[in-house]
Amino acid sequence: MSAHVEMEESVSRPSDQKTVFQLRGVSKSFPGVKALNGVDLDVREGEVHALLGENGAGKSTLMKILAGIYQPDEGEIILEGQPVHMRTPLEARDYGVLLIHQELSLVPDMTVAENVFLNNMPRFAKLFVHNGHLNDRCAEILSRLNCKFKPTERLGSLSIANQQMVEIARALVFHPKVVIFDEPTASLTDYEKVVLFGVIRELKEDGAAIVYISHRMDEIFELSDRISVLRDGVYQETFETAKTNEDEVTQRMIGRDLDSDIAHEPPELGEIALQVSNLSIAGLYSDISFDVSVGEVVGFYGLVGAGRTEVMETIFGLRKPDSGEIRVNGKASGINCPSDAIDHGLGLVPESRKEQGLVLGMSCKDNTTLAHLGDFTKFGWINAAAEKAIFNQYMEKLRIKCPGWEYSTQNLSGGNQQKVVIGKWLSTSPKILILDEPTRGIDVGSKSEIHHLIRDLAKSGLAVIVVSSEMPEVLTVSDRIIGMYDGKITKCFDRAEVTEDSLIRAITGQEV
Amino acid sequence: MKALVESFKSGLNTKDMSPLQFFGKHGISVAFVICVITFSLASSKFLSADNLFTVVMQASIIGTIALGVTFVVIGGNLDLSVGSLLSFSTVLVVDLHDKVDPGMAIVLMFLFTLLIGSVNGYLIGYLRLNSLIVTLGMLSAIQGITLVYTGGKNVDIADQENTWFTFFGREELLGIPVPALIFIVLGITLQIVLVKTGFGRKIFAIGGNDTAALFSGLRRNRLVFSTYLLSAFTTACAALILGSRVMGSQNNVGEGYELLVLAGVILGGTSLLGGSGSIVRTIIGVLILALIQNGLLLLGYPYYTQWLVTWVVIIVAVWLDIAAKRGKLLSSF
Amino acid sequence: MNRIVAIAKKQPIWIFVVVCLVFFSLSSPYFFDINNFSNILLQASTIGLIALGMTFVMINGNIDLSVGATVALAASLAVGLQPVLGIPGAVCVGLLSGILVGALNGIIAWKTGVDAFIVTLGAMIGVRGIVFIYTEEQSFYAFDFAYSDFGSSTLFSIPVLVLIFGLLTITAHLILKYSIHGRNVFAVGGNRVAAKEAGIRVGPHMLVNFILVGFLAALSGVLLSTQMGASTPNLGRNYELWTITAVVLGGTRLTGGFGSIIGTLGGVLAIAILRNGMNLLQVPSFYVLIILGSILIIVLVIDKRFSSHQGQGVGA
Repeated sequence: MSAHVEMEESVSRPSDQKTVFQLRGVSKSFPGVKALNGVDLDVREGEVHALLGENGAGKSTLMKILAGIYQPDEGEIILEGQPVHMRTPLEARDYGVLLIHQELSLVPDMTVAENVFLNNMPRFAKLFVHNGHLNDRCAEILSRLNCKFKPTERLGSLSIANQQMVEIARALVFHPKVVIFDEPTASLTDYEKVVLFGVIRELKEDGAAIVYISHRMDEIFELSDRISVLRDGVYQETFETAKTNEDEVTQRMIGRDLDSDIAHEPPELGEIALQVSNLSIAGLYSDISFDVSVGEVVGFYGLVGAGRTEVMETIFGLRKPDSGEIRVNGKASGINCPSDAIDHGLGLVPESRKEQGLVLGMSCKDNTTLAHLGDFTKFGWINAAAEKAIFNQYMEKLRIKCPGWEYSTQNLSGGNQQKVVIGKWLSTSPKILILDEPTRGIDVGSKSEIHHLIRDLAKSGLAVIVVSSEMPEVLTVSDRIIGMYDGKITKCFDRAEVTEDSLIRAITGQEV
Repeated sequence: MKALVESFKSGLNTKDMSPLQFFGKHGISVAFVICVITFSLASSKFLSADNLFTVVMQASIIGTIALGVTFVVIGGNLDLSVGSLLSFSTVLVVDLHDKVDPGMAIVLMFLFTLLIGSVNGYLIGYLRLNSLIVTLGMLSAIQGITLVYTGGKNVDIADQENTWFTFFGREELLGIPVPALIFIVLGITLQIVLVKTGFGRKIFAIGGNDTAALFSGLRRNRLVFSTYLLSAFTTACAALILGSRVMGSQNNVGEGYELLVLAGVILGGTSLLGGSGSIVRTIIGVLILALIQNGLLLLGYPYYTQWLVTWVVIIVAVWLDIAAKRGKLLSSF
Repeated sequence: MNRIVAIAKKQPIWIFVVVCLVFFSLSSPYFFDINNFSNILLQASTIGLIALGMTFVMINGNIDLSVGATVALAASLAVGLQPVLGIPGAVCVGLLSGILVGALNGIIAWKTGVDAFIVTLGAMIGVRGIVFIYTEEQSFYAFDFAYSDFGSSTLFSIPVLVLIFGLLTITAHLILKYSIHGRNVFAVGGNRVAAKEAGIRVGPHMLVNFILVGFLAALSGVLLSTQMGASTPNLGRNYELWTITAVVLGGTRLTGGFGSIIGTLGGVLAIAILRNGMNLLQVPSFYVLIILGSILIIVLVIDKRFSSHQGQGVGA
């Protein structure tokens, strides 16, 4: 049973279309991880083929191989009947394979037209750029995509969604045979999604084969003709979209049911630990009010861009609110910087573990103690033994797989890196812990462990906030759920009364 | 004692690695040894006590400054103003020596040097301006201030024999030249601070990932500010040695020092991106430069030959360091 | 009028140039004079030529600290080899030396992956060593007066050196703004990964720009030596400082991807006008250093204040 955002149904094509490319027995390993294990895949002309799998299942790696960014260790790629070796993205492009991925390959200080025709600009007297042709040709492509912005605008001033359109426009210049979309809707609003899907259908009409990577069920069922499922680097099965349903596909994807094994008794609430009233920052969020008590987990659910992270950053002292009040344990917070927040018993496991959570070049132990180094120093002198002890304690408790306290965090898997970050914040003995997207990009096993951990933390006397964009996660972990959309709180749910449908409506700006 | 040894060990940092990585990590020590061996074979005078003292003397001024600059670089910044600052401080202490008294001169010199360091620290630490440009601008400005102060004239100490001020640059203590002593003591102290104290750890953090450092509650502004105070402090110490040794100063005595200091730091393997490095390795880097200078002179080459050799050595050293990290010799542009 | 306002907003350094012009014209009777302006342009051309090339390099996201040493190298060769090769031959060798230094820097940066800062720092030290070795710390004098005559020659009462500078400035501007190579400079500097993925060969591209700045530094050195009729081994000391200052004042960002020749020209003129004006007002040259250093810092502060379009990140 699932809720749909109202969109057009896609028209599915007969299944005897020409095969455009095949992957046979593709394997790929990275240090310590076998990302892909003998994967087969075939994609037909003019179809939208969804590639589904949990985070870490190998979808991105597979597509990066197809796009020439990685080389397969084993197996072959067959394009229109011929085996090919694509050693660089450029070669892949020459073969007609294009990847639209999340790190946009664009130059922010150049114009839209220059980006669309990067290294491919119409020339004047061989050495110069023909500005007129450049802008005209770009305008043509932009109108095909129904883009409202002009070729002469500076790329950096466009919204993420529009920048994505520019990336697609660039792909169109090459008349690609295969276009791969890797999680394209992560930063898009619903309206922008509709536009994107329209563009995808256009490409389909043109005869291109579309591979659509996502783990968003509703989109996959709206858009795709066939669905292939990967789990832990191994190919599972391919379904005809029209002939299957979400549950069947989910089962293949996970291999087990969602962790509904987490017991949910009504929490024993202590006093109110955190109280936020009418918090606002112009342009980011407005009039945010809520409170969190000791012993409960409050989940903040919403789409990317809803403002949840910004609210949490404000509570933690990283941002200064324009108006509103924050009270910690009943007293006005007086938190002006993260160091104040930590002194007041707050902890924030940030959204991006690599950019905000860890100093990758430093060892596991050094990262663990960084947020409260003062507890390990006497007159400035670091007590290394105490540090090692604390790290080992959390290594055991959180089951962090790492060779030792002295190893750098750089080479740990995503899941283990995240555990180091969580251990770091737990070691500060916080009373209020905020976790922002705590299981993003993590393998299924670690994910479940972290969910259990969050429940236990609340039971042991913390007030916990979890920010998440994944519905199963927020339903599993929270006692109460607060939905946000476009910078405002839309609705607060108690665990008992929430339905998936009402949740979706709360975060997409619909009437609840 | 154990802590001392441990801190040096962690400065040199050994774990299992491939040949390329070995050279990357230890190339600098290997180069040091090769230098010593080559020059001692080439010239009989090389290993004499006198000569080695000379080498350490030469190294001590650049080396002392480099100690503080290492902290700045590990923190992710640059300090190009140290050369001008050296000129300023040396001129100041020598000039004040006669105008006030030696002790007061030293105190005032440190005060003013730290003041200038705090300007750097404020602009870069608190206003978050680009350190390359700020210290470039300060290089000019300090040079100008020095010239204004002296009116363009050189300064000298009048009675050069009868003052205890010669202690820092010309005397020996326990058989070791005082400049070398200052350099070594400061070096050991700062290595320990870097590796064993909270302060040092935090500098690595802000240099390694200053956003993560911010999220972890580190006060970045204050930490960057302190690194510039430190580099000013070590520059002041170097000015003490230099002023005492020469007992006089030209306006631009420190000109070009910022490059040699930087060269020593880079040679020692500290990355200009920040987040890694060690005092011990900076010391080795500076010593190699001094060895090159000294060895070439002994072999009869004019002093400027060392510049050519330095060029090659720097490029090769950094190349190996980078190659070791990425696992292959040539880059794939 | 609107066009002028638009330019002023994009290139604030020109406002400063105008302010200086007005200020000095009012403060000194000798300033607003055709001969003096000619003088200013002549002085500006030395750093100006190098700054043209440095603009390309810095928009790329690189830097070249070796330009000062290259100035000395080219000047010494161009004068020192005259008895052997004659003026044309010696000048050619001088210019060639700049191209070679640039090529060396570019190839090292490309193939080893060592950052341009370190590569050119090494070259700065090493090339100066070559200069000293070649000249044996001596200054050279051009005995053929034709050489220094060229340095003071004029065409339509404009110094030839200024004309050369003007011509090259226009050329550099056209290349940067309108040519394929120019667009690539911004691409490589703005997002190197994207440029690479689009198929731009980044290594060779950067090599070209290093050769460009090396050549211009050599040219500047040669022309400087025609003005002096001589070369000294310490020529060009601190030139990299002034050049970078001019380019940054002109709005080019150190991080790359943004900049212009017009801006650089503004920066070059600002420095030249300041020095000339201060000189005329009999301000000791010491103060010029202080003022220049302070202006550089002030420009940074202003730039930071007005750069709040950088997005709403946290505590940057």
